[in-house]
Amino acid sequence: MIWNPNKECMSRDEMSALQGKRLHKIVEYVYHNVPFYRHKLQEMDLTPDDIQTIEDIVKLPFTTKKDLRDNYPFGLQAAPQSEIIRIHASSGTTGNPTIVGYTRKDIGVWSECMARCLTAYGVGHEDIFSVSYGYGLFTGGLGAHNGVEMVGASVVPASTGNTEKHAKLIRDLGITGIACTPSYALYLAETMEKIGITKDQIKLKVGAFGAEPWTENMRTEIQDRLGLKGFNLYGLSEIMGPSVSYECQEQFGSHINEDHFYPEIINPVTLEPLPMGQPGELVFTTLTKEGMPVLRYRTRDLCSLIPGQCNCGRTSVRMSPINGRSDDMLIIRGINVFPSQVESVVLSMKEFAPRYMLIVDRVNNLDTLMVQVELRQEYFTTTAFDTPAAIDELEKRLANKLRSVLSIGAKVQLKAPNTIERSQGKSAHVIDKRKL
Amino acid sequence: MTINQLSIFMENRSGTLIKALELMKKSKIQIIASTIADTAEYGIYRIICSEPSRAYKELKEAGVAVALSDVFALELDDEPGRAADAVRIFSDAGLSITYMYSFLLNGKGILVFRTNDNEHAREVIILNNLKFISENDLSQWK
Amino acid sequence: MSYSNYFNPELETMPVDQLHELQLKRLKQTVRHCMNAPFYQKKFQERGITPDDIQTLEDVRKLPFTSKEDLRENYPFGLSCVPLKECVRLHSSSGTTGNPTVVLHTQKDLDEWANAVARCLWMVGSRPEDVFQNSAGYGMFTAGLGFQYGAEKIGMLTVPAAAGNTTRQIKFIKDFGTTVLHAIPSYASRIYDVMKEEGVDPQRDTQLRVLCIGAEPHSEEQRKRIEYQLGVKAYNSYGISEMMGPGVAFECPEQNGLHIWEDYFIVEIIDPVTLEPVPDGQLGELVITTINREAMPLLRYRTRDLTRFLPGECPCGRHHRRIDRLQGRSDDMIILKGVNIFPIQIEKILLKFKELSTDYFIVIETKDGNDIMTIEVEINQMFTDDYARLQSLEKEIKRQLKDEILITPKVRLVPKGTLATSDEKKAVRVKDLRKLF
Repeated sequence: MIWNPNKECMSRDEMSALQGKRLHKIVEYVYHNVPFYRHKLQEMDLTPDDIQTIEDIVKLPFTTKKDLRDNYPFGLQAAPQSEIIRIHASSGTTGNPTIVGYTRKDIGVWSECMARCLTAYGVGHEDIFSVSYGYGLFTGGLGAHNGVEMVGASVVPASTGNTEKHAKLIRDLGITGIACTPSYALYLAETMEKIGITKDQIKLKVGAFGAEPWTENMRTEIQDRLGLKGFNLYGLSEIMGPSVSYECQEQFGSHINEDHFYPEIINPVTLEPLPMGQPGELVFTTLTKEGMPVLRYRTRDLCSLIPGQCNCGRTSVRMSPINGRSDDMLIIRGINVFPSQVESVVLSMKEFAPRYMLIVDRVNNLDTLMVQVELRQEYFTTTAFDTPAAIDELEKRLANKLRSVLSIGAKVQLKAPNTIERSQGKSAHVIDKRKL
Repeated sequence: MTINQLSIFMENRSGTLIKALELMKKSKIQIIASTIADTAEYGIYRIICSEPSRAYKELKEAGVAVALSDVFALELDDEPGRAADAVRIFSDAGLSITYMYSFLLNGKGILVFRTNDNEHAREVIILNNLKFISENDLSQWK
Repeated sequence: MSYSNYFNPELETMPVDQLHELQLKRLKQTVRHCMNAPFYQKKFQERGITPDDIQTLEDVRKLPFTSKEDLRENYPFGLSCVPLKECVRLHSSSGTTGNPTVVLHTQKDLDEWANAVARCLWMVGSRPEDVFQNSAGYGMFTAGLGFQYGAEKIGMLTVPAAAGNTTRQIKFIKDFGTTVLHAIPSYASRIYDVMKEEGVDPQRDTQLRVLCIGAEPHSEEQRKRIEYQLGVKAYNSYGISEMMGPGVAFECPEQNGLHIWEDYFIVEIIDPVTLEPVPDGQLGELVITTINREAMPLLRYRTRDLTRFLPGECPCGRHHRRIDRLQGRSDDMIILKGVNIFPIQIEKILLKFKELSTDYFIVIETKDGNDIMTIEVEINQMFTDDYARLQSLEKEIKRQLKDEILITPKVRLVPKGTLATSDEKKAVRVKDLRKLF
């Protein structure tokens, strides 16, 4: 089944024409409504009239996460505040999160894109579908939720946490589909086995897995243990949220909703566009977004576009699985984490030396984050640290601050002075023990 | 009324305790009494020793997370019930003991402790005429 | 821009006789619709009635009561009156002990729910220009998605901040210019405390104007204090997850009782022992019949909440009757931080630990404006001095309790024999020291 054959199966010429028309419109729109983009275009001596076809996109400036940070909170917003009905946020590189506003139309487009994904997975209105991404500011929960409502399935807003109860609901309600991170799916399988729920007691047939990279091995294991078919679901909040691209039944790459999100692959060093099929950094331009459109947003995700047409009948271009990042971002339990966020917290507390280490691991299929920080020696000259209670209090204070900035809980380990090794390089502050 | 105590922050991993002890051995510091408060993640090693100021300096220079503080040290007769009598006085005064340990010195029991209100504790000791020792009483080791 | 004072002007200000006409029409429809569920068919047979026996509004008293136990016993879909494929949403109550309750919604149910919440928010002055921040938990907890859909229906900029992370909540209140905030009362106090710690002056540094508080019992004094601290008007919200969630009743700008939407519900207040209606103005248990729900209508649902009707007309122009703020429960349920907790849930978790005796004691008290639950448990055998092991035992108890009751209580380990009572009768397990009523 195809949700919107008109768009998903358009001929290449029609699609390019539509993209060109929309690109011109969106450039004109941001030129008049976002001073940030107007200045950038003026600096490059460009006017919206210079952008007529989709090929002209290479003339446009890039947008980076730093641009979003520098214009926090609403600097890149194009629609007036009264038109914005929803806010989502994702991790920023330091203390400020990245804010994205949506108009009512944006939410409609998002829901439709998500409905396209779900239909490709085989989800229809008879299904009972559990959304087990986190709800709230994170786009995963509400984004998937709106799409499930659009296809008319019964949505169970399970969110995250309380896995045992969730496992029972899957059995008792006869839930047929689930959206979650692939590692949560494995954790769920494990929980079911622990409480004695067997594969033949459940009716799961579709899994929409995303928000973190995963491998074919993980897919095989999840499918085997939960008895479902697992599909990739890709998205990022700066562009929209889940539904930017999705796998079809062929499971050979993820179809991009390219009538709304135009993809390019560039060389992350030279910033030159790369020919079709070559791996590089994925860049998206939103073609229809009203709330916060972005031009050539650098996702930092490394992948390639797949040439040729898919057997499923969709003509939309496909992207390969993500196989890395061009920055030091970590994805932990589906949440983006930057080491620089931890640094901003450590630097804000005078009890700690500016030395820290993030240790990421996967225990029983659940990602864990431990942050080691070094106590400053000067703080032992006082008697304040003489009791476990005082140290526990400091530990708690740090954990709360980290939680507030990272949006996920981290285990904190206080280290004695000069025990964390100094080292150089990109991953100097990270030990990732997960095997992906 | 008070004596010096070293408090060393120790992560729960092998080698941290021996490192501190070796340092004290090298500096010829004698340990008179000690106790470890242990939690799941780390411990606090509290020490009464000869030359606490020098020990503090040496440990600190070696990069050990150490604090030097004053703790109360009451002298009690070495017989059953004396600790209860002493603590009763603080309890009746509304004070809580945060931590406590003891050792023997010249046939007397020495009760080392800290309270939730040290100023108040000082008054209680004076008003009740309790016997205490001070840093000088530990001079036999110096 | 000038707006009407009412979100649904016609329905909100409808004269009482017309309102009653509408209620009767919808009641008759609902009762007939209920016959799609074997559960109600059986209940009707037992009482010897048919839908045709319902001819006047007073006939609602002929109908059988529905209770939380009915929902549990007929878990998961026993009370559903439409085929499952017409349902688009499911909410479920917390807890792994026993069966949870399941509430189903069709698309129309969701639209009506959003409308009811929008009506409430509009009533207290929310308009499309406002920035609405929701600090309720999202997911299965109904106050998250319930307020989200209502606020979006009005067209407010809606921030799904979700529960917790107070520092970030405050950052958003400041950075986004939040004007309307939804928070349970104890959390509103917490936000104020953290603002103070961080040097944020709510009057100077924020644009907060309206606070919607609910899901947790609180006193008038508590409301006044929060209003003064945050410089806002605080309005009481009442919701019941078995109906839908928030949007059942809400205070108007008069702040004198909560209008309960009588085009959605038929409301009775009964004596919980005799089950007879109490005279108007007298305290009793709130009983609600839904009259415009499709997926899972409820007939005479016993909320267990104690309240009274407030007499007289409200100057705000709405003819929907008002109920007083909640005065307690007719069962042993505890409402803490917006979460419903039954002592039995706690007991079942504690019994899993062989290190603990069967005695326990729950204390709920207010400290610095925060409601805190402390559970004292007895350790069966002493663990010598293994502090680390006691610490991890405490942690594990807390973790399992949190999974069950969704909030993390304080846990105090006490030696065996401390809590035992010589009393033959069932010991009092709960002490609620909050001043609520």
